[in-house]
Amino acid sequence: MKNWPLWEIFIRSKQGLHHKHVGSLHAADEKMAIENARDVYTRRNEGISIWVVESKYIHASSPDESDSLFDPANDKVYRHPTFYNLPDELEHI
Amino acid sequence: MVDITSLEKKFQERIDSEIKIEPKDWMPDAYRKTLIRQISQHAHSEIVGMLPEGNWITRAPSLRRKVALLAKIQDEAGHGLYLYSACETLGVEREDLIDQLHSGKAKYSSIFNYPSTTWADIGAIGWLVDGAAIMNQVMLCRTSYGPYSRAMVRICKEESFHQRQGYEILLTLSRGSEEQKAMLQDAVNRWWWPSLMMFGPNDKDSTHSAQSMKWKIKRKSNDELRQQFVDITVGQAKVLGITLPDPDLKWNEERGHYDFGEIDWEEFWNVVKGNGPCNRERMAARKKAAAEGQWVKDAAIAYAEKQRKRKTETSRVA
Ligand SMILES: [Fe+2]
Ligand SMILES: [Fe+2]
Repeated sequence: MKNWPLWEIFIRSKQGLHHKHVGSLHAADEKMAIENARDVYTRRNEGISIWVVESKYIHASSPDESDSLFDPANDKVYRHPTFYNLPDELEHI
Repeated sequence: MVDITSLEKKFQERIDSEIKIEPKDWMPDAYRKTLIRQISQHAHSEIVGMLPEGNWITRAPSLRRKVALLAKIQDEAGHGLYLYSACETLGVEREDLIDQLHSGKAKYSSIFNYPSTTWADIGAIGWLVDGAAIMNQVMLCRTSYGPYSRAMVRICKEESFHQRQGYEILLTLSRGSEEQKAMLQDAVNRWWWPSLMMFGPNDKDSTHSAQSMKWKIKRKSNDELRQQFVDITVGQAKVLGITLPDPDLKWNEERGHYDFGEIDWEEFWNVVKGNGPCNRERMAARKKAAAEGQWVKDAAIAYAEKQRKRKTETSRVA
């Protein structure tokens, strides 16, 4: 018989915050995945909302290519406020 | 082509500069294998560890004790799941790990092959067994593999309640009748040495230790952790008014640590090899649960598939 698929679990710990990846679990369907996630990852009120995604649907960038992938941001110091020279007496900017 | 030695060198440099290794990163085969072995063993220990405690749920002396024990055991199931989940990021299947446990190929902590014969044992397990586990797990929060380290942080947050509930059971017994005090002392007599064995063989006899330390999978040696455990536990035993069953246990001013007696390594290896008092019983219970629960797993999959089919059919009609 087939095994239960793997699901990735994301929890919103409180209103106003992002859902954050916390781990994975096996479940037959999405409803069971949410119920199991409640029992596995929120036994002490760690969450108020749960997202479940079947692991096979997650696509990730490759660490081998991360140099070239993130390279474009490396030489753009002008994207940061400290790049701009302003006099010290200037306030509220 | 990138040659393997330069990859290994880069890998070690990352470890040395305390950069965590994540699932998709390149890692030496032996690092992956070591982690799979260690994390799955750890997961199995959490799961098998529920059995000696489960033995007392229906006989807990009060409702307060019963809900606490239930919550503790449920946490241990959770710990097993966090760890299986971490292990699966290394490219292994959960079912294969479980099969390895049931076939005897994978080990679990030997401590769970001892019987829990009285209610005081539940206290002693929480105090000593969870206490020893905490020593190890606090160290593992800083392990070099990201998913393992994150699982450990979650686990450590939950463990302190386990140890406190155990200690409270013992404290209550220590203030009870002579019979209860004797029961307390007897439980500690039986659990003390197996708890010290939980840290594994002495450093000089530990086969995997040196490499694991180099890879920062482990951050402290077996003997260091054991010493740390003895040092903090002696004071806690005094509060209970009990003696620890070791005539050689005494403070060593010069070392700044407690000296303690030699562990019976013959007993240790004997239990590891499967000849402890409960090895067979534990595995029989695990296999029975897996076999008798299989139809539930099958039915859930069949139901999910049926629901999915029905959904696509109705959406086609609409
Ligand atoms: Fe645990
Ligand atoms: Fe525990």
